[in-house]
Amino acid sequence: MSTIVETHDDHGHHGPAKGLTRWLYTTNHKDIGTLYLWFSFLMLFIGGAMAMVIRAELFEPGLQIVQPEFFNQMTTNHGLIMVFGVIMPAFVGLANWMIPMQIGAPDMALPRLNNLSFWLLPMAFGILISTLFMPAGGPNFGWTFYAPLSTTYAPDTVTFFIFSVHVMGASSILGSINIITTILNMRAPGMTLMKMPLFVWSWLITAYLLIAVMPVLAGTVTMMLMDIHFGTSFFDAAGGGDPVLFQHIFWFFGHPEVYIMILPAFGIVSHIIETFSRKPIFGYSSMVYALTSIAVLSFVVWAHHMFTVGMPLAGELFFMYSTMLIAIPTGVKVFNWVATMFRGSISFETPMLFAIAFVSLFTIGGFSGLMLAIVPADFQYHDTYFVVAHFHYVLVPGSLFGIIAGVYYWLPKWTGNMYDETLGKLHFWLSFFSVNLTFFPMHFVGLAGMPRRYPDYALQFADFNAIVSVGAFIFGFTQLLLLFIVIKSIRTGKKASDEVWEDTKDWGLEWTLDSPPPYHSFTVQPEVK
Amino acid sequence: MKSISRVTRKFIYALLFLAPTSVFSEASDYNMPVGVTEVSKEIFDLHMLIMWICVWIGVVVFGIMFYSLFKYRKSTGAKASKIDDHFWLEITWTVAATLILVGMAIPSTTVMIKAYDDREGDINIMVTGYQWKWQYKYLEDDISFFSNLSTSQEQIDNDIPKGEFYLSEVDEPLVIPINKRIRFLITGNDVIHSWWVPDFAVKQDAVPGFINTAWTNVPKPGIYRGACTELCGIKHAFMPVVVRAVEQEEYDAWVVEKIALAEAERLLNEKVWTKAELVERGEGVYLKNCVACHQTNGQGLPPVFPALVGSEIVMRDKTRNIEILMEGVRGAAMQSFANQLSEVDMASVITYTRQSWSNGKNGDGEIIIPQEIVDYKNKVDL
Repeated sequence: MSTIVETHDDHGHHGPAKGLTRWLYTTNHKDIGTLYLWFSFLMLFIGGAMAMVIRAELFEPGLQIVQPEFFNQMTTNHGLIMVFGVIMPAFVGLANWMIPMQIGAPDMALPRLNNLSFWLLPMAFGILISTLFMPAGGPNFGWTFYAPLSTTYAPDTVTFFIFSVHVMGASSILGSINIITTILNMRAPGMTLMKMPLFVWSWLITAYLLIAVMPVLAGTVTMMLMDIHFGTSFFDAAGGGDPVLFQHIFWFFGHPEVYIMILPAFGIVSHIIETFSRKPIFGYSSMVYALTSIAVLSFVVWAHHMFTVGMPLAGELFFMYSTMLIAIPTGVKVFNWVATMFRGSISFETPMLFAIAFVSLFTIGGFSGLMLAIVPADFQYHDTYFVVAHFHYVLVPGSLFGIIAGVYYWLPKWTGNMYDETLGKLHFWLSFFSVNLTFFPMHFVGLAGMPRRYPDYALQFADFNAIVSVGAFIFGFTQLLLLFIVIKSIRTGKKASDEVWEDTKDWGLEWTLDSPPPYHSFTVQPEVK
Repeated sequence: MKSISRVTRKFIYALLFLAPTSVFSEASDYNMPVGVTEVSKEIFDLHMLIMWICVWIGVVVFGIMFYSLFKYRKSTGAKASKIDDHFWLEITWTVAATLILVGMAIPSTTVMIKAYDDREGDINIMVTGYQWKWQYKYLEDDISFFSNLSTSQEQIDNDIPKGEFYLSEVDEPLVIPINKRIRFLITGNDVIHSWWVPDFAVKQDAVPGFINTAWTNVPKPGIYRGACTELCGIKHAFMPVVVRAVEQEEYDAWVVEKIALAEAERLLNEKVWTKAELVERGEGVYLKNCVACHQTNGQGLPPVFPALVGSEIVMRDKTRNIEILMEGVRGAAMQSFANQLSEVDMASVITYTRQSWSNGKNGDGEIIIPQEIVDYKNKVDL
C-alpha cells in the first residue's frame, strides 16, 4: 500500500490526461462533475426542444404541427428527460464538484464508481431517445407511465424504455453510494455533522432518498417487463392483477423523487443567500431538521397523487393531513431564508437574483401544492393544467433556477474566470419574466378546466394557451444565452480572485482553494474549528 | 387588434386574480367553476378560502422579504448583523404554521366527508371508459349507449371553422333527471380513463377491473360539459363528457323512447338486408367509429393503423374479418367492438369496408348479414 502512495507522490500535482481519454477514463471528481453538468445542459436543450414542439402545437386550437401520437411522445420524453436527464444529473454534477471541496477532501471516496455512474447515463438516454426514431415510436404513455397504458397498450419500444430506466436507476444508486461514503468518511478533521455546509447536508439526505426509492422504481419497471413479455399479471385486472397497484408503487418512488429534485437546490440557495446577505444562514440547525423532516415525510404522502383513483375515505384524509404537514418544514426553510436576508447587507449579483427568484417562485409552487393537498378541491384540480403549473413552478423557477444560481455562484471558482455580470443579469431578467409568463397563466387554464396531456383543446382556453406558448418560446431561447455566457466566461472571462465574492472565506472551505482549484482539491486536509 | 386587446385584458384580470382584492372571489372564466350542485359550491368556497389564506401568507412573507431586500441593501451602506439563530422565533413560526394548517384541515375534512358518499342512488348509472368514448348503462332501465365526440375531423384539422362547442360536444349525451340522487359506477374497459364534470365537482378514475363510485344531485336543468382527465392514449383529448340534466317528465319520456328504439334495433336482425342498405348503414357506422384511425379514405395511418384498402383480410377473408372486429387485435391499437356495435351495425360496417374504395372491385364482394354476427357470438359463447 505504502509503495503505491509513494509512487503517486513522485508525480506531485499532476494534471489531467490529454484528449478524449481524459473524459472517458477520468476518475477525477471535477472532470466527472463537468461531464455531468455538460450532459445535463445538452439534455436541457433536447428536453426543451420537445417542450417547444408541445407549445407550438398548443399555440392555438386544432392540430397544426404534430399528430396526437407524436404529441404524446413529446410530453412523455420531455418529462423523462427533464427529470432524469437534466435536474438529477445537474445536481450530481454540482455534488461531484462541490462536496469534496466543501468538506476538505481530495476527491470522491469511490472514483472508479464515479466514472461508471456517469457513463451509464449517456447509454440510458441514448437508448431512450433512439426509440423516437423506431417505427413504433417512443414511449407515449406519460412520464408517469401508468399501466395498463404502458404495458398491454404500449408501443413495442416500451422494452427499451424499461431498460433505459434500469440503467438510469443504476447510475443514481451508484452515485448516491459514492456521495454518502464520501460525506461520512472524508470530512476534514473538526467538521462534525452539524458543521457541514447545508449543500452537503441536503445531498446526504438526497442520496439516502435515492438509495431508498430507486430500487422501487426498478421493481416497478421489472414488473411491467414481466407483464409484457413473461405472461404475469401484476397490473392486468383480467389476470387478477391491479392497475392501481402500479400507481401506489410508482408514487412511493415518485414522491421522494420530487424531493430528490428540490433538496439540493435548498442547499445551494442557502449558501448563496448567506454570501450575498453577508450574514450567516439563520437557524442552521432548524434548516437541517427541516430537510430531514421533509425527507421522512416524503415516504408517507405518495397517494396524494392519486386522490381520484378511488381510495377509502380514511385513506384520502390520511394522505391529505400528511401532505399538509410537509408545509411546516418547508415553511420553516422559507422563513429562515427571509430571516437571513433581514438585517443583512445585501447585494444583487446574478446568483443572488436567481436565489431570490427561487425563494419567491418556489413558494408560489408550495402554495399551489398546499391547495392540491386539499382532497375535495383536488377533485377539481387533479390532472388539469393547475397541476402542470404547480410542478413547473417548483421544478423550473425552483430546481432549475437553483441549479443555475449554483452555476453562476461557483463557475468563477471552477474556471478561474468571472462570467459577464451584465449578460448574467440580462439572462436572469429574461428568464424571470418568461418563466412567469409561461407558467402563471397555466393556473387559470387549469382552474377553468383544461386537462393536462391534451394535444388539442376547447376554444375557451385559446387566449391563455397563446400567452403560455409565447412565454415558453422566450424562456427556451433565453437559455441559449446561458450557454453563451458560460462559454464566454471559460474562454475570455476576467480572472476571478480565490475568494471570488466578498469575504467568502467565512462561508466555506471551497473558497480557501485557488481559482481554479488544484486537480486534487485538498491534498492536505484543512482543520475546521 | 380586437382579439389582442381581449387577450391583454384577460391577462391583466388574471394577474389581478392573485392580488389581495375580492373582485374575483366570485364566478369567473379564469377560476374554478362554482358549479351547480351543493358539493361543487362547497368545494368552490373551500378553494377560495385556501387560496386567500395562501395569498395572505404570501403577502406577509414576501412583504418582509422585499422590505429586507430594499432596506438592507449594501449599496446604501447597510451593515450585516451577526445574529444567526433565535430559538423562540423558530418555535413561534413553526407553531403558527401548524395552527394555520389545522384551520385549513377542519373545513376540508367536513367537505370531504360530505362529498364522499357511496350509498345507492335513486338512479344508478354505470359509466365505462373506452378508448376513446364513454358508455352509459342505466342499471334500472336496461338502457345502454355510447357517447362519442361529435366534432368533425375537418374542424380538428382546421379545414373548416370550429364550432362553439369544439371538442366538448358528443353525439349522445348522458341524460339525467334533476333533483334526484344519481350514483355513478365508474370503470374502464381497456386503460385507465377519468370521468370529470366540473360543474358537479365529480372526477373519478375509470380503472379496468375496478368499480369506483361517485354521486351527484343536480338542481338545475342544463347541459354540463366535462372531459377525460387521465391520459388514455392517442385520442385522450377527444372523448368529452356531456351531461344533459332535464325535468323528471322529460326524463321519463326519454326513457320510454330509448327502450322503444332498442327494441326496434333488435328487430333489425331479422330483417332481410340488401347490399345497398348494408353499405349505406355501414358508412354511418364507419364514420362514427373507424375514421379516427383508418381514415375516411380507408388508407389508415401506417404503421400504427393499417390501411383497409387492398387488405387481404378485408377483400377475401370474411371469417378473420369478423373475428378482428369482434375480438380486437391484442398488442395493437385495434380494440374489440363486440360490446360497442349492435349485430346490424357490425355486419353493415364490415360490408361497407368490403365494398368501398377499390375493395369491392378487387375483392370477393361478399356481404355480411346480421345473422352471421349472431352466429359468431353463439359459437364463441360455447
